[in-house]
This record gives sequence, C-alpha cells and structure tokens, in this order.
Amino acid sequence: MNRTDTERALAPSSPLRHCVVIAGVGLCGLLLPDQWPLLARIAVMALFVLSLDLVVGIAGLATLGHVAFFGMGAYAAGIVALRWTADPLLGLAAGAAAGAATAAVSGLLVLRYQGFTFLMLTVAVAQILHSLANKLRGWTGGDDGLSGFAIDPVLGIAPFDLEGKVAYLYALAVLVGSYYVVRHIVDSPFGLSVRGIHQCRPRMPALGTPVGRQLWKIYVVAGLFAGMAGAVSAQISGIVGLDSFGFSLSAEALVMLILGGAGRLYGALIGAAIFMVLHHTASSINPYHWLFVIGGLLMVIVLVPRESLASWLRAVPRPWANGARAGKREAA
Amino acid sequence: MQILANILIDGISYGMVLFIISVGLSITLGLMRFINLAHGAFAMTGGYLAAWLVRTQSWGYAVGVAAAVLLTAALGAVLEAVVLRRLYRRSELDQVLFTIGLAFVFVAATNLAFGPQVQLIPLPPWLAGSVDLGMRTLPMQRVLVIAMGAAVALLCGLVVARSRFGVWLRAAVDNKHAAAALGINIRLVSGLTFAAGCGLAALGGVLGAELMPLEPYYALKYLVLVLVVVAVGGMGSIAGTLAAALLLGVIETASKYLASEYGSLFFFVAMILVLSARPQGLLRRAA
Repeated sequence: MNRTDTERALAPSSPLRHCVVIAGVGLCGLLLPDQWPLLARIAVMALFVLSLDLVVGIAGLATLGHVAFFGMGAYAAGIVALRWTADPLLGLAAGAAAGAATAAVSGLLVLRYQGFTFLMLTVAVAQILHSLANKLRGWTGGDDGLSGFAIDPVLGIAPFDLEGKVAYLYALAVLVGSYYVVRHIVDSPFGLSVRGIHQCRPRMPALGTPVGRQLWKIYVVAGLFAGMAGAVSAQISGIVGLDSFGFSLSAEALVMLILGGAGRLYGALIGAAIFMVLHHTASSINPYHWLFVIGGLLMVIVLVPRESLASWLRAVPRPWANGARAGKREAA
Repeated sequence: MQILANILIDGISYGMVLFIISVGLSITLGLMRFINLAHGAFAMTGGYLAAWLVRTQSWGYAVGVAAAVLLTAALGAVLEAVVLRRLYRRSELDQVLFTIGLAFVFVAATNLAFGPQVQLIPLPPWLAGSVDLGMRTLPMQRVLVIAMGAAVALLCGLVVARSRFGVWLRAAVDNKHAAAALGINIRLVSGLTFAAGCGLAALGGVLGAELMPLEPYYALKYLVLVLVVVAVGGMGSIAGTLAAALLLGVIETASKYLASEYGSLFFFVAMILVLSARPQGLLRRAA
C-alpha cells in the first residue's frame, strides 16, 4: 500500500461489494423474528442518515433541518395511499419526488448562506413545514396525523404482514438500492467536485466548478433519498405524525451520522444501527436515562481525537475513507 | 384597540424574556465564534434552581433568584474553563454536537433530580398583584419583566461601550491576536463573558417561567427560538438582539392571539424574510 492519499481518494470503490455486505448483514436479521419491526426502523433511519451524509459529510454543510425532506416524503406517501393508490412503489416515488422538490425550492434560498445562518435557515424551513402540517388539517390530519391507510402487496406479490417480515425486507431492499446509487453519485466526477467544495471552497471556482449549482444538485439528491426514507417509514408503520417534522429527529440523525463517521456513507448505516439499538434498549428502561447515554456519547465523540479513535477502529485499511479524512483535516 | 394593547404588552414582555436569555448566546457567538446549543440548558438550570430555592428551601424570592443566577453563572464558568474552552477552535459541527450532547445530559439530569412535572416559582405578594397605570392595569410580573429587560439592555450596552472590560471585549472580538499581544487576557475575558451570559440566561429562565414552563425538555424546546433571535439580531450585537427579540416576540404573540392554529409559522417566516434581506442580521455592526 504505497499509494498517496490523493490516489486513495480517487481510487474507485466497489459499490456492488458494499451492497452485498449490507444486504448480507441485513438478511442475518431474518434469524431474529421478534426484532423485525425494530430492524425495519433501523433500515429506514439508515437511509435517512445516508442522505444526511450527502449534505453534511460529503458537501460539508452542517444542517439541522434535514427532517423537512423526511417529513414531506412521509406525508406525500401517506396522502397518496389515502387518496389515490395503495401501491407501495408509487408511494415511494411520490415521497422521493416530494423530498426532492422541497430540497430544490428551499435549497435556492438556504444555500446562498454559510455557517450559522445556513444552519438557522434549515431549522426555519423544517419548522415552517411543521406549522403547515399542523395547520392543513384537511390534508395532513393536523396533530392527529395520518393513519388508516393500507398498502398493497409489494410488486403485487408480497403482502405486508403483521410480523413485519415483508416490511423489513422492503425497507432493506430500498436501503441497499439507494446505497448503490448514492455510492455511484459520490464516486462520480460530480461527487468528487462536491467533495472538493467541502475541502476548499475558494479553490473550486478557480478550477471551473460552479459551486452554487453543484451544492444545489447534491442538496436535491439528498432531499430525494430523505423523502424516500420518509415514505418507507410511513408505509411500514401505517402512520404519519407531526414528529416526522420534529427538531429532535434532525438532531438524532446528526448524532447517528457522527456516531458512525461522516463522509463515508457506510458510517451512516453503522451509526444508525448502533444508535437505534442503544435507543431501543435504553429507552425501554427509562426514556430520560437514554438521554444520558446519547449525550455522553456525543461529548466523548467530540472530545476524543478523531485520528486515534479512527486508527484504533480501523484495523483493515479502507483506502477511500483515508482520503475523505485527509480532506476533513484540511478543512478543519 | 384592547387586543392591540394586549398584543403589544404581552409581546414586549415575551420579547424581553427572549432578549435576556439570548444576549449571552449572541455575545458568545460573536466573541468566541462558539455555537452553544446548551445555552437553553443554562436558562433551565436557573429556573430550576430558583424554583428549588424559593419553593422547597423557602428562601425569599429576590434572594433565591439572585442566588440561582449566580450559581448558574458559576456553573457556566466552570464548564467553560474545564471543557468548552477546548472547542473554540473546532469546527461548527463539533461545537453543535458537543453542546447538543451537553443539553441532553442537562435534560436527563433535571428529570432525575426533579421529575418530569412542571416546576413553578411561587411569586411573592408584591409581584402577584397588578399595577394601575391610569388608563389600564398591568400585571406586576409583566412590568418587572419589561423593566428587567430594559435594565439588562442598558447595562450590557454601558458595559460594552464604556467600561474597561468592554474595551477588552471589543478588542478581543475585533482582533484576537492583536488584543492578546497588547496584554489583554483573552482567556479571562472569554470566561467572564461566558459566565455572564449563563447568568443572564438563568435570569431569563426565571422571569420567563410563566411563558415558557420549566420542564425537563425546556433546554431543547426553546432552543430554536433563542437561536432564531440571535441569528435575526446579528451575532454579537446587543442592540440587534434586543430589536430581534422584541420584533419576534410581538410577531409570535400576535399570531398566538390572532391565528393560533398556525403555530410558529409567522415567527419563522419573519426570520426568513429578515435573513434574506440582511444575512448578517438586523443590526450587525461592520466587522
């Protein structure tokens, strides 16, 4: 392994191999029939955090309003199922479209700003949608939320069952498919230019990259996948509530991302899995004690030097992750 | 007319509470470039301490509140000296994460110590009554809040503009390295400013306890409001924070009176409008 950091950063990873590993790990969950609903939630959150990683880890934009896209996807899927069609894939498409459209419109406003102002504007967008969802009772059910919609069998053959097996496999399939696409996007020339913007924003226009447009594109892509996560969440749980626009969901997603490591995509999946399992265990004991766990974890993650932690965790070298980390150091 | 007067009075006292809580965060952000999402936790700590001292320990209201403010300031100073100082040069994301984690721990600890129910700070007789202003009567508590807000604004303005400490503070904001080279103890200035901000947050938490009930999730629930006030006012600007707090306080109160089903919609729309026109905030002074 004598390659330089740059060569490592540019070396193509193999999306297919990653997907096989994720699907393999996921399918092991089939051995735990009691935990299928939890595993399905993990897959949904992993997809949401994966899309957050595009904004935070890849593009380097700290956001606390990513939940706007998740919520729009969830409500879109719920409304489609209630009013038009119960087909899960059409609902998924509607959720993706709603998330992408929300990101496209709000991105035009918020991406003009950086740092703290950007952070606050993302919060504001999510809070405005929260207020609207509360207000437009005719469509969203207000604070009762949406419920009572049935979803047709997936592809017409696999009906959603009470044990949650099909729901789990459906969520896992959407996650693996999305990971494949996201991995390709991140490794494409477009993805490289976005990572370049993260590393050194002033340099990229000099290289001919339209910074604003590239950031807007990645923001829309992230909105699309967050919308899909929301849609799957609505379909497998059968309810959509105001909490899918909640500030705490945004904060939790950020926690999951940092827990697993930002900027590496697979970190989003690991972080979501660890967080959800911890959450499930700790909050079944006492929901407040759970906050001690997660609060302490967050502080430790920030205080312990990343390099030593990462090198300790990483016995097997992962070429492209090193590249991403080198970029992080430059940006810091 | 009646409703307009009510909106103005309630809105201004709400805005004053927001101002007292936010001004410390605004200075912290402006001076130290430190995004402190645990700021709401300090306001909560102040409120809880006051409730505990006044109700359970039967201290006098004024003494209990003063003690709560001082204790919270001391807690802030200790935290700043021990851990938060290490984060000043870290990325925004690191600061956001650490302070959210800190806020979570505050929430959990508060619940452990006091339980999940809402805490009340009993008002002494001289605050529970109302005062006659000739044309109408006002609850004494509102008058106190507005007077305290004005006093805090005046005091902060005077300290920053006139005192020796204010000179150090402004020097540290404008050019940290030059100020340090001139022998100003940046570390001390940062620490004292942070502690003062925490103390003010505590005061706001006490005064606002009627509008923002003291419960364990307080630290996170009202955080967004405080952050919006700081963003709209412009980080580090005391006058801007006051203007933003009053503007947003009146807007929020008006929408509660006139269109309560919209929640905080107008509050956030106002924020987007102001930030679109003035990304640096209402009254951000030129750096």
